[in-house]
Amino acid sequence: MPMLRIKGLTHYFGGLKAVDDFNLDLGKDEIVGLIGPNGAGKSTVFNLACGLYRPSEGELSFEGTNLIGKFPHQITSLGIGRTFQNIRLWNELSVLDNLRIAHFSQIKYGILDAFFFSSRLRADESKLIEEARQLLEQFNLTNFENELPRNLPYGLQRRVEICRALVMKPRLLLLDEPAAGMNPGEISELMDLVRWVRETFKVTVWIIEHQMRVIMGICDRIKVIDFGRTIAEGTPVEIRNNPKVIEAYLGEEVVV
Amino acid sequence: MKRYSMWLLGGLVFLITVLPSWLGIYSTYVQFILTLVGINVILAVSLNLINGYMGEFSVGHAAFMGVGAYISSIITVRLVADSSFFGDALLSPIWSILVFPVSLILGGIAAALFSLLVAIPSFRTRGDYLAIITLAVNFIFKSVIENIDVIGGPRGFMGMGKVVKAMDDVFAMPWVMVWTFISVVLTIYIVRNYVTSTMGKGIVAIREDEIAAELMTVNTRRLKVITFMLSCGLAGLAGGLHGHTLSYVNPSGYFILQSTIMLVMVYLGGMGSISGSVISAVGFTILLELLRPLGLFRWVATPLLLILIMLFRPTGIMGNRELLDVFPKLRKYFTSSEEVITHANATD
Amino acid sequence: MSLDIFLQNFLNAMQWGSFLALIAVGYTMVYGVLLLINFAHGDIFMVGAYVGYFIGTFLLNKFAVKLPFDLPTWLIIPITIMLTMAITALVGVTIERIAYRPLRNRGAHRLYLVITALMFGLLLEYGNLALLGASDRQFPTLFEKEIYTIGNLSVTNVKIIVILLSFLLMGALWFVVQKTKWGMAMRAISYDRLAVPLMGISVDSIIVATFVIGSSMAAVAGVMYGTAFPILSFDMGMLVGWQAFIAAVVGGIGSIRGAMLGGYIMGFIQIYVAAFLPSTFRDLITFSIFLLILVVRPTGIFGVARRTKV
Repeated sequence: MPMLRIKGLTHYFGGLKAVDDFNLDLGKDEIVGLIGPNGAGKSTVFNLACGLYRPSEGELSFEGTNLIGKFPHQITSLGIGRTFQNIRLWNELSVLDNLRIAHFSQIKYGILDAFFFSSRLRADESKLIEEARQLLEQFNLTNFENELPRNLPYGLQRRVEICRALVMKPRLLLLDEPAAGMNPGEISELMDLVRWVRETFKVTVWIIEHQMRVIMGICDRIKVIDFGRTIAEGTPVEIRNNPKVIEAYLGEEVVV
Repeated sequence: MKRYSMWLLGGLVFLITVLPSWLGIYSTYVQFILTLVGINVILAVSLNLINGYMGEFSVGHAAFMGVGAYISSIITVRLVADSSFFGDALLSPIWSILVFPVSLILGGIAAALFSLLVAIPSFRTRGDYLAIITLAVNFIFKSVIENIDVIGGPRGFMGMGKVVKAMDDVFAMPWVMVWTFISVVLTIYIVRNYVTSTMGKGIVAIREDEIAAELMTVNTRRLKVITFMLSCGLAGLAGGLHGHTLSYVNPSGYFILQSTIMLVMVYLGGMGSISGSVISAVGFTILLELLRPLGLFRWVATPLLLILIMLFRPTGIMGNRELLDVFPKLRKYFTSSEEVITHANATD
Repeated sequence: MSLDIFLQNFLNAMQWGSFLALIAVGYTMVYGVLLLINFAHGDIFMVGAYVGYFIGTFLLNKFAVKLPFDLPTWLIIPITIMLTMAITALVGVTIERIAYRPLRNRGAHRLYLVITALMFGLLLEYGNLALLGASDRQFPTLFEKEIYTIGNLSVTNVKIIVILLSFLLMGALWFVVQKTKWGMAMRAISYDRLAVPLMGISVDSIIVATFVIGSSMAAVAGVMYGTAFPILSFDMGMLVGWQAFIAAVVGGIGSIRGAMLGGYIMGFIQIYVAAFLPSTFRDLITFSIFLLILVVRPTGIFGVARRTKV
């Protein structure tokens, strides 16, 4: 059974058809790329998968569970993590707090525990903070535990964001243009990071990117969309040589 | 030893406020002001939850104070006082000792339930629109009360003075002040625990980026309901205390001006800072009293003050920080080792 | 309800709706241009009424300080209205200059702007209360009331003038907004602020113009209100201004058409509710409708939902 199954996904924004009959099956441990020109509908597909919009048509299921109609926080607690094109960390909270909050669905204590600082709260919080710290250590971010994200360099913020997405122990990780705004050195580090994440945490990675180097370098297979429709699908080699893809936009890409 | 510092501080406050009042050292006027300070602390801290931590814009908070004031006062006056409004007391005045605190709790609960009128719309609207909704709620509250003649309509009703006297007859103590003191301690305790827990920090995540919060498994709806109910419930508690301090309630007293006073205290102290709210509540209450000779110009000074804050220091006195952040050396007196683990990062 | 009562209330509703529409337009224009709810606007209306009171009473030589001559009525009315509009517009623009603009230029959070607006409203209100005292003022009679009777209906000339004047002003506004370059710029700002200077008009000028127009219309409403209901109180801004604000939201805040239509809709609702139910219900029903609209269709009748990109 595929981990994520999307069938016939179609979505309208008013009169505009943003996504047109999108189909995808994601299996375990693969890294799949989603590319297409600006405005092709890539982020919309991610947003639909996360439950931010209810799709006009189509089926969406994760590990057999139907996702349509569920709230975003329910969907992500099922095991889907996500990062964003423009880094969306909570800037007035420390790095550690950013990770703590992502544990929300795993909180076992209740409202009264929170109001009255009960022993159940203390136990649960210790555990949750410990887990957050371990994760930070794996990502080499321990030194930045108390920093505010806005004070960190861009590359580090991205790392924190990916780290945060792993808190809810996801089996699927959605990365939305993680290399945006990065220089070549940072991009190489990012590629290593994504591969490392897949290895260490055994997650399937679904990545949207414009940087061809990243896509070609780490993806097992790639899907190309334009104006909401799928125009090609295949391995990096196949895609690179696909005339339809080249026609759509490959020429204007940033070649590093 | 460290945990006791909080108790010490509380004891100190008790010694300089409640004890002298009990012993009759302070005049009735001073006692009145001290009680008002306590009530305003509760109001400022409670509103800070919504406007500061959660980053919403509630401008009708006085409505919830009013709900608490009315419910609590109706219960006490009906049950333990003879009044022209509700007839004779149903119970003997001795019961006032118990009825009063129970009425406060019921007032708080009523206010918490009333807050759903704002909490539920907040699922789908934010910012300006939610502000308007909170204002509309303030108007609706006033309108509803004015239409109910049994509780005095626009003129309000009295009788809480008799309730306080009844308590005093049973055992001579400044009852309202004592309960205010207890409520202040409880408020600060609960709110601080809430905002330092991971669950409570979720509301700051909502403020910073609600969508990201939703996607990081935060159940934003549940959190909003909890926060609104807590905040408005506390305001209702303060309202009950307020009604019994003034011995008089009327709908205009829980309207835009009162809401404005609360806004001033929150923004003056600093959004997202409990110590800020406490400091500004104390300072502002005293300031208003000192300005009493100005008469009606006090109510010109209040909005003017907030305008100046907005123009020149919108982050308020404390900004986002707590007192312990400004004086880190004090930290070792006020945080136990357990709290260090669980209250990691006081930079909230 | 008999036809007579229906028609009588119809005229009352048209008059009341005119007041609301004139004020609502000010709210909606500022929102359209600044995305700011100018909570002080209702009190600008109050300022207009009071300024009109002072000028009118002065020109009628009713104050201790008198003019050396008596002015004829047909001169007093336009002078009063013009001067009131000018002064009230000045008040509105001053608030924009000393408070809203610095906050905007600083890039301050919109929240601070809204709070400041609310506070200026209170400032005007309590300033009035503190300076002029709690007793109400009597608006001067600028012209003699005449009652016309048609069948069982009685209409005062005041009512007719209010309705006609409002239509005239709103028609003029519509013309300016739709047909002139400045009007186009006003509409353009709400869509794309950066494009406007490229048209050769500075954004600040447009904003000032918006405040001038909104405040002037509120001022006219104030003067006419004083003429129709001669008792002025310091909180009339809150009482009437809020109804107008609700009207603007119902019609769709940001839409001038919406404000005009919303004004008359609310006017009709209020007058007819008051005709059937005890007057204390009027406010309750008004605010309940308001709450309902905010929850069910927050963009109002003509409003356009702004889709925020996730």
